[in-house]
Amino acid sequence: MKKLILLLALLVSGAALANEGAHLDKAPIDPTNQASLQRGVKLFANYCLGCHSAAYMRYNRLRDIGLTDEQIKENLIFTGAKVGDTMQSAMNPEESKKWFGVTPPDLSVIARSRTPDWLYTYLRSFYRDASRPSGWNNTVFPNVGMPHALWQLQGEQELKTADVVDSQENKTEVHTLVLAKKGTLSPLEYDAAVADLVNYLAYMAEPAKAQRLQLGWFVLLYLGLFFLVALRLKKEFWKDVH
Amino acid sequence: MEKYLTGVLNWVDERFPLTANWKAHLSEYYAPKNFNFWYYFGSLALLVLVIQIVTGIFLTMNYKPDANLAFASVEYIMRDVSWGWLIRYMHSTGASMFFVVVYLHMFRGLLYGSHRNPRELIWLFGVAIFLCLMGEAFFGYLLPWGQMSFWGAQVIVNLFTSIPFIGPDVSLWLRGDFTISDATLNRFFAFHVIALPLVLLGLVAAHIIALHEVGSNNPDGIEIKKHKDPKTGIPLDGIPFHPYYTVKDIVGVVVFLVVFSAIVFFGPEMSGYFLEANNFIPADPMKTPPHIAPVWYFTPYYSILRAVPPMFGSQFPGVVAMGSSVVVFALLPWLDRSPVKSIRYRGSKYKAWLAAFVVSFLVLGYLGTEVTTVWGTFGQGVPVVGGVDRATVAARVFTLVYFLFFALMPFYTRSDKTKPVPERVTG
Repeated sequence: MKKLILLLALLVSGAALANEGAHLDKAPIDPTNQASLQRGVKLFANYCLGCHSAAYMRYNRLRDIGLTDEQIKENLIFTGAKVGDTMQSAMNPEESKKWFGVTPPDLSVIARSRTPDWLYTYLRSFYRDASRPSGWNNTVFPNVGMPHALWQLQGEQELKTADVVDSQENKTEVHTLVLAKKGTLSPLEYDAAVADLVNYLAYMAEPAKAQRLQLGWFVLLYLGLFFLVALRLKKEFWKDVH
Repeated sequence: MEKYLTGVLNWVDERFPLTANWKAHLSEYYAPKNFNFWYYFGSLALLVLVIQIVTGIFLTMNYKPDANLAFASVEYIMRDVSWGWLIRYMHSTGASMFFVVVYLHMFRGLLYGSHRNPRELIWLFGVAIFLCLMGEAFFGYLLPWGQMSFWGAQVIVNLFTSIPFIGPDVSLWLRGDFTISDATLNRFFAFHVIALPLVLLGLVAAHIIALHEVGSNNPDGIEIKKHKDPKTGIPLDGIPFHPYYTVKDIVGVVVFLVVFSAIVFFGPEMSGYFLEANNFIPADPMKTPPHIAPVWYFTPYYSILRAVPPMFGSQFPGVVAMGSSVVVFALLPWLDRSPVKSIRYRGSKYKAWLAAFVVSFLVLGYLGTEVTTVWGTFGQGVPVVGGVDRATVAARVFTLVYFLFFALMPFYTRSDKTKPVPERVTG
């Protein structure tokens, strides 16, 4: 029976993955903004790392975004991990499966599998739903197992359904999320906080990206110069071919 | 100093044909002087092969072919190995660029008749290289152990199940297990890093030896060996490969590296065509992705597979069609009956068929990346195709064109109106 429930749960989550129709907002993120990345990792350590791991990301890699080992140890490590360790959740995967129906996925590369836009929209699309075991549902990921971890910041949204009738008398259901209970942040502040968090998730998914983009220009510059030399060389040798 | 070096060289030459080989394959290998743009892709294929082997060796040093460790070891390479991200992106981009270069190299053959007498064996070695390369790509794609790795391998291995009578046993034998598992990963790793590369290197050597035996074709499709300098025996339209084509190919290499580096450094995922988003999710045998598509270089054949409807409750006809669509290239030297080799002197029939083939290949390639409902469905009222997905109908039509290009070739090439071929190359 348990297996059957698990199978059903997987089918439902599979169906949810197929739900690509949801409109996604463009994530206003800037990987060069270190302050934003630092705010993002703080949110990540406080609100995400409790349940999710980022098992491929080392704490001391955060030197990339301008933090020192001491700052990392004091502000971001709550589990007694060493600064050279990877970000492991303190939660037991077996137990979390019991609690949420599914083990919270590792978030190391979540921004590469889901895209930043999806994450940015998803984290702003939770609403109260009494029919769900967690009390929460999500318009981007229907029937998601995860409760709204950031609800104290955002407050509580409700899903309003209205029928819109167009000129051809066609009825379409329109869903809107309405903030029913205020959180500690204003809607604008909350969007900015989620953008910081997604900015961090995008950085964490590929920490070498900044170096990659920077190095790319030097490589192309070098190849551009090499091209001129190679072309001159070819022309010199081919002068006598008629 | 020079006397000393000559002494060393003589010492070697008495024991190993170093100078003789240098001359035979480079400094006194006479290539036609009129090679154009299309002739860069042979040397570029060799370059990509070297990139793949070298980056592959370094990846092997940190990759773990173990179902529990593989995904994490790839991320370890991306994060903790010095320059690991660069090596990995070069390898993943190299895989796709290998196919880009090889497809253009093969298209060159179709343009100028490089497969024709006396170069049939070069072409056959080439087809074998292409098959080997497809195997390399398929086995290699399982190694990151992401969702697409897992389910792609699942779909392809399951194709063998449809072979009548022996199918289920064959796929079991390939997997080494009842499902894609650690055993499968281990054997695919062995095939990818040693078995196929050995075969590939042997075939590449054979390809080049055969080429240097008969000499290169050229955009005019005529034999430069027919007109030799009576005194020296050197083809009048030939120039030594080294230094002329070595310096020319360097230019091609640099241009290629610009494209290659632009992808590696600025968009290694190529919007999901080179690295798929779903492959950043670890393989999960319990969770089937909603849309499984192969990597772009396999999509034309995948489209052909999907286009052929099941017959007698079996997918086998589709599998046969897919297999034939690749192997049929081997028959080209004997299907082509035109008196001329180069497209420059062929008539309009061949040009039209070649254009139709290229369009078919591209459309099938595009459709293979999408779900079959991408273009919607024909209305129920439409005769014959009512209620069928538009994309499926299109794939069937283009599959037909794909095969007719080969099947009708003996007829349209023979009856085609050709132009007179010049005696000497035209530049």
